[in-house]
Amino acid sequence: MTPNATIQWFATGRRIFRGRWLATLGLAWLVLVVLAAVFAPLIVPFDPLEIDPVARLTEPGAAHFFGTDHFGRDTFSRSIYGARMAIVIGLGSVLVALLVGGLTGMISAYFTRLGAFLMRVVDVLMAFPALLLALVLMTLLERSVMNTVLVIGIVYATTTARILFGMTLKLKNEVFIDAAVCSGAGHASILFRHILPNLISPLLVQASFIFAFAQLQAAALDFLGLGLPPEVPSWGNMLSESRIYVTRAPWLLLFPGALIILSVFSMNLVGDALRDSIDPRFKNDIKGV
Amino acid sequence: MLGYATRRLLALIPTLLAASLLVFLFVHLIPGDPAAVLLGDTATPEEVEALTREMGLNAPLYLQYLYWLGNVLQGDLGTSIFFGAPVLSVIADGAETSILLAVMTMVWIVILGVPIGVVSATRHGTWVDQVASGGAMLFASVPTFWLGLYLILIFSVSLGWLPSSGYPSISDDGGLANLRYLLLPSFTLAAPNAALIIRLVRASMLDVQREDHVRTARAKGLAPWKVATKHVFRNALIAVAAAFGFTFAALVSEAVVTETVFSLPGIGRLVVQSILRRDYPVIQGVILIIVVLYMVINLLVDLAYAWLDPRVSLK
Repeated sequence: MTPNATIQWFATGRRIFRGRWLATLGLAWLVLVVLAAVFAPLIVPFDPLEIDPVARLTEPGAAHFFGTDHFGRDTFSRSIYGARMAIVIGLGSVLVALLVGGLTGMISAYFTRLGAFLMRVVDVLMAFPALLLALVLMTLLERSVMNTVLVIGIVYATTTARILFGMTLKLKNEVFIDAAVCSGAGHASILFRHILPNLISPLLVQASFIFAFAQLQAAALDFLGLGLPPEVPSWGNMLSESRIYVTRAPWLLLFPGALIILSVFSMNLVGDALRDSIDPRFKNDIKGV
Repeated sequence: MLGYATRRLLALIPTLLAASLLVFLFVHLIPGDPAAVLLGDTATPEEVEALTREMGLNAPLYLQYLYWLGNVLQGDLGTSIFFGAPVLSVIADGAETSILLAVMTMVWIVILGVPIGVVSATRHGTWVDQVASGGAMLFASVPTFWLGLYLILIFSVSLGWLPSSGYPSISDDGGLANLRYLLLPSFTLAAPNAALIIRLVRASMLDVQREDHVRTARAKGLAPWKVATKHVFRNALIAVAAAFGFTFAALVSEAVVTETVFSLPGIGRLVVQSILRRDYPVIQGVILIIVVLYMVINLLVDLAYAWLDPRVSLK
């Protein structure tokens, strides 16, 4: 990144987060989660999968910051590795939703005949409540990280397709698109070089909310026993397993739960800040191009 | 208005048919012979063959679909593998719990969401608004099952005020007092949705506040509270009414989780258990009913919306 671009990035960041101390704290928390996910093996005091029958259900203390679970596994170490799963689930679902949904929406708005059919399919899929659709898809697939990401991504691809469909439809009638057509630009060039850059901001906002929702959906799937494989140390799985020991070991519920809530809350705050900064500008952007 | 209603009703039919096709295909997407899948692991080859003939599984797929659709329209959703009873009656057994849970949840949502949203909007920008809005977003970020488990820990285990699980029918001993079993579940289910309604009431009231008719009302010297209730709130309610379709979908999704946490004998828990038991006819039946219900509710919401705000149907 050139120095100039870096300065611009910082300027944009300051504009979005200025005066929003809560959203800034949220951003800081998310950075912390990412760092924990990246450097997990260096941070954790114990192997997250290591079973220690002697230390079963130990209360939080100096040796085990967050206590231990019913297998004597260190909850703190598992929580740190849980951050990895949270990032994988969040980014993965966003990627699937934006790729599948985004492309569907854009192409549907651009090629109207094909679009009429594709958007009907989206309508039908949207007739299924989100978690129910995810549950049905999970019954057809095996429990794995990959499948969980795919399923959650597909569920949110429908709303993404709807939003991008509307926006592309509007952009398509702008004068600069006519100009591109006149100068001989092909379909792909118009879609990806002229329309897509104008959709980056709303896509970013959409991505932040999908990231947040995906955490809650994944946790719910884990809890119902239909999400990630049980041996994977995710925050949802930790909560799901601790359910029976809740009265004896309430810390098993407290820490992973607090981590999910803080992360989803932070992402929502950041998403709100992004949306507020982009919404009024978005219209100007179109006119000003 | 009548023309609009007819148009919307006709538009519903193809979507319904397509959704039913998806639900029908669900059983065919499961790896293995559909008849064997429907009968479960304990079926003998003779039984499988009998069902194959009965279901017409040798016929082309589109004929099978038409046959299935005909049965569905006559109220025959098949037979549950686990219960050995008709799917429709299995679902009906869970209906009381789920319907009462939904009603109580809606009551929570309205008594929590609407007043807090109104206060938040009328005190826009003050600390009251910041606490209410921030709190609403925090509650929207809480996993439903986590909230449910904590409520059990506090109100059932520590304080011993409310039961932690199960729900005996109100026709059993205890009558209406049995509704106390649904207090914690309905609050759990309401919390994230009330949070959304708070945000929605606040946003739509702030929107309406900027409109000309509100300025006129203020200019003619109407008391502020009268402007807020008669001119702003009533118009803002339209947006809230429109959100109820969306709320229903969220309720269905979260009811699956909440009923599992509180071990309620409702339809949500039935879905989860049927999935874990591989009781495909029940899964198919519940999903079909929920999807149809969801579409009908969305249609009613849209019609109510057009009726409340005549500008909509003219577009």
